Amino acid sequence: MPPAISISGLVKTFGATRALDGLDLSVEAGEVHGFLGPNGSGKTTTIRVLLGLLRADAGEVALLGGDPWRDAVALHRRLAYVPGEVSLWPNLTGGEVIDLFGRLRGDLNRRRRDELLERFQLDPTKKTRSYSKGNRQKVGLVAALASDAELLLLDEPTSGLDPLMEAVFQDCIREVKAEGRTVLLSSHILAEVEALCDRVSIIRLGRVVERGTLDELRHLTRTSITAETESPAEGLADLAGVHGLEIDGKHVRFEVDTDHLDAAVRRLGELGVRSLVSHPPTLEELFLRHYGDELAKQPERVDGNRNARS
Amino acid sequence: MTPVTIALAGTIELTRSILRRDRIRILVWIVAIVALAALTATGVKGLFPTQAALDQTAAATQHNSAAIAFNGPAQGLNTVGGQVAFQFGAGGMVLVALMSLFMVGRLTRGEEEAGRLELMRSLPVGSLAPTLAASLTVAAMSIAVGVLTTVALLAQGLPAAGSLVFGVSFILIGLVFGGVALVAAQVTENTRVVYGAAGAVLGAAFVLRAVGDIGDGTASWFSPIGWAQKARPFAGERWWPFLLLLTATVVLVAAAGALAARRDLGAGLVAARSGRPTASRSLGHPLGLAIRLQRGALLGWSVGVLVIGIAYGWIGPTVDAFIGQNKALAEILAGAGGANLTDSYFAASFRLMALLATGFAIQAALRLRSEETSLRAESVLATPVSRWRWGASHLTVAFAGSVILLVVAGLATGLTYGVAGGDLNSAPRLVGAALVYAPPMWLMVGLTIALIGLVPRWAGASWAILAACVVAGFLGAVLHLPSWLQNLSPFERVPQLPAQSLTLLPLVVISAIAAGFTLAGLFGLRRRDIGQI
Repeated sequence: MPPAISISGLVKTFGATRALDGLDLSVEAGEVHGFLGPNGSGKTTTIRVLLGLLRADAGEVALLGGDPWRDAVALHRRLAYVPGEVSLWPNLTGGEVIDLFGRLRGDLNRRRRDELLERFQLDPTKKTRSYSKGNRQKVGLVAALASDAELLLLDEPTSGLDPLMEAVFQDCIREVKAEGRTVLLSSHILAEVEALCDRVSIIRLGRVVERGTLDELRHLTRTSITAETESPAEGLADLAGVHGLEIDGKHVRFEVDTDHLDAAVRRLGELGVRSLVSHPPTLEELFLRHYGDELAKQPERVDGNRNARS
Repeated sequence: MTPVTIALAGTIELTRSILRRDRIRILVWIVAIVALAALTATGVKGLFPTQAALDQTAAATQHNSAAIAFNGPAQGLNTVGGQVAFQFGAGGMVLVALMSLFMVGRLTRGEEEAGRLELMRSLPVGSLAPTLAASLTVAAMSIAVGVLTTVALLAQGLPAAGSLVFGVSFILIGLVFGGVALVAAQVTENTRVVYGAAGAVLGAAFVLRAVGDIGDGTASWFSPIGWAQKARPFAGERWWPFLLLLTATVVLVAAAGALAARRDLGAGLVAARSGRPTASRSLGHPLGLAIRLQRGALLGWSVGVLVIGIAYGWIGPTVDAFIGQNKALAEILAGAGGANLTDSYFAASFRLMALLATGFAIQAALRLRSEETSLRAESVLATPVSRWRWGASHLTVAFAGSVILLVVAGLATGLTYGVAGGDLNSAPRLVGAALVYAPPMWLMVGLTIALIGLVPRWAGASWAILAACVVAGFLGAVLHLPSWLQNLSPFERVPQLPAQSLTLLPLVVISAIAAGFTLAGLFGLRRRDIGQI
C-alpha cells in the first residue's frame, strides 16, 4: 500500500522566515502518526501545505497518491481536518456548523454525529459565540470524526479539552485506527501521543529531527534507576552509558543509555540489590532532551516563531 | 483609591496606546474631512465669484426642494459662508458621524469581540477605562476636526462667528454619534451590528431633516443634524441649538455607562438565543453559507435604502410643484439637456442611494477576506470546495445584493412618489432608472475581489475608492475637479436616468470591466496562499 503522506525536502518561506526547511515526513496508510514539536516549529505550516492552502516552494509532497495543491478538491473528499484553533461563525449553532461541514464533504452521517455529540457532551443548539474554547474544539472534532474520511489531519486537536474529553478523544482515535483509517496527529501533549501513536516524527525549526516507532526512539534515550545495594555502590562510574551518577553510601541514582542498560543492571546485581526502581524513558524525556539541550546551546533559535520572543 | 479612580485606572495608558496604534487611521479621517471643508470654500468662491452670482444662485435655490432635500435648509445662501454650509454642512456632518461611530465600534465592541479586551482587563486596568479611553479618543478626534475646520474657513477669509459655529457643529455631531455607538456597543454582541444600528440612527437623522426641511420643519427637530443646522452658521448664528446636542451627548454617554455596569464582559444586553440543533437544507453548499452569513446585513441595508427611497419619493411631488411655480427657472436648472427638474432630482436621488448601497456590495465582497483572516475559510477550503466556488459564493451575494438594493430603492421611491401625489405609473420607469447603477456597483465589487485576489493586504482600499467616487459625485462641481478625474468614477459614466436617455454602451463597457476584474481576482485567489497573509 502506498504511504498516505509522503513529503521530501519540503521548503516553505514567508518573507525572510524559513518556516519549513527541507522537511521529510512519511505516514503509512492505517497508522496513527504523531507529529511533535514546540510552537512555531512548522507543524501547522506542514498541515496547511497538505491541505493545499499553501503552495510549497520546493520539495515533493504526495497526499493519498495525489498532489495536494493541484488535486485539492478531489483529495478533500477523502480527508477530514481539525485545526488547532477552531474558528466558527458566531451566529450559527454548533449543530449547524457540524452539518454544514458534513454536507460540504458529502458524507453527513446523522447517526454517528448524534452519537458523537452525546459522547463529547456538546449542546448543538448553542450559538458558537457562546462556546468556550474547549467546546469550539469539540465542534471541529465531532465534524471530523463523524465523517468516513480515510485520512484525518488533526492539528493539536485537543487543546482546551478537559481530561475526561481527552479520554473520549483517545477512544475515538483508537476506533478510527481499528477501522484501518490513517491519522496524522500533531500535538505537544506527549501522553496523548504515547497513548495513541504507532510512530512519531519530531520537528524542529522546520525539519524532522527524529522519527521512528516509540520503541525505536526509546533506544535513543535513557532509563533512570534508583537502587539500594548491599555493598557500597562502586564501579558504576566506569560503565559506558551511565550519566548523572549520585552515590550516597549504599543508595545510588543514575541514568543509563537504554543500549547499556543490561551492563548496568548486571553490575547492580553483583552488588546485591535490596530495592530497585527503574523508570522507562518517556517521550517527554526524549522531547526535553532534544529541545532542552538545544535550548541551552542556542537559546535564540529554539523558537522558530519570532513573535513569541518579542 | 476611591471606587471611581479604580474603575478608571489605566485610562491614560490605554488612550496613548490607541493613539499610537491607530494614528494613521485617525490622521486620515481628520485630514480628509478638514480638506474637503477647505476645498469646498475655495470651490464656492470660484463658482460664484461675484455677489450677483451669489444672489442669483440663492434665488434659484431658495425653493428648490431637491437641493434642500440633499443639503439642508436654504439659509444665508447669498454669502460664501452660507453656500459652504449648504454644500458641505450635511455631508460633512455625516462624515464626522461615520468617523465617530466606526472608531467607537472598533475600539469598544470590536476589541471585546476579538478577546483583546479580556487580556487588557486582566492587567491593572479599571472596568470603565477601555470605554473611557475610546470616548476620549473619539472626542479628541471630533474636537480636532471641528477646530481645524474653523481654522481652515477663517483662512479662506470667511466670517469668524459663522466659521466657529460651523466647526462647533462638527464637534458636537461627532460627540452625539460617538454616544449613539457607545450605547449600541453595549446592547449587542457583534461589532457589525453596532455599525448597523448606529448607522441606522444616522440615516434616520439625515432623512428626518430632509423631510422636515422640505415640509413645515417639524421633522427636523427630531434629528441631531437638524439641530446643528438650526444654529444657522453664516446666517445669523444662534448658539442655543447646541444645548440640544450637548444634552443628547450627556444622556447617551450616561445611558451607555449605566448599561455597561449591568452586563458581563463579552455579553450584550440582548442575550444570544439558542438555535437549531441541525442545519436547514439550504445550509449545505458554499452559496447557502454565504447567504446565511450575509442575509442579515442585506436586510439591514435594504431597510436603510427603503427608508431613504420613501423619503425622496415623498419629496418628489414638491419638486413638481416648484417647477409649476417657476417654469423659466426650471429650464435653467435642468441644464442644457432639456430634461425636467423632477427627473434630474430622481437621477440624483438614485445616485445617492446607489453610492450608499455600494457600501453593502463592498462589505459583501470583503467578507471573503475577513473569512480568510479569521481562519474560517481554511475549514471550508479543507472540504471538497474549490477556491473558485468559495469565492463565487460571496461574490454572488455581492452582485445579486446590489441589484436587490437598487430594485428596493426604485420601488420605494416610485411607489411613494405615486402615493404622495405624483404619477404612480412612473414606478416601473423609476425602478429601471435605479437599475442603471448596477454595473458601477458590480465594478466596485470586481475591484474589491481583484484586490483580495492579487494584493490581499490592500483589500480595504476599495473603501477609499468608494469614498473618492462619493466626493466626485457630490462635491465634484463645487471642488472644481477636472472632468477627466470626475469621469474616473463609474457612477458618473452611466446615463443619469430618468433625466437622460438610456445609452447601453457605457453600461456594457462598465459591466465588461467589472467581469474582467472579477476574473482576475478569482484567478489570483486560486494561485495564492490562503491564510493570514
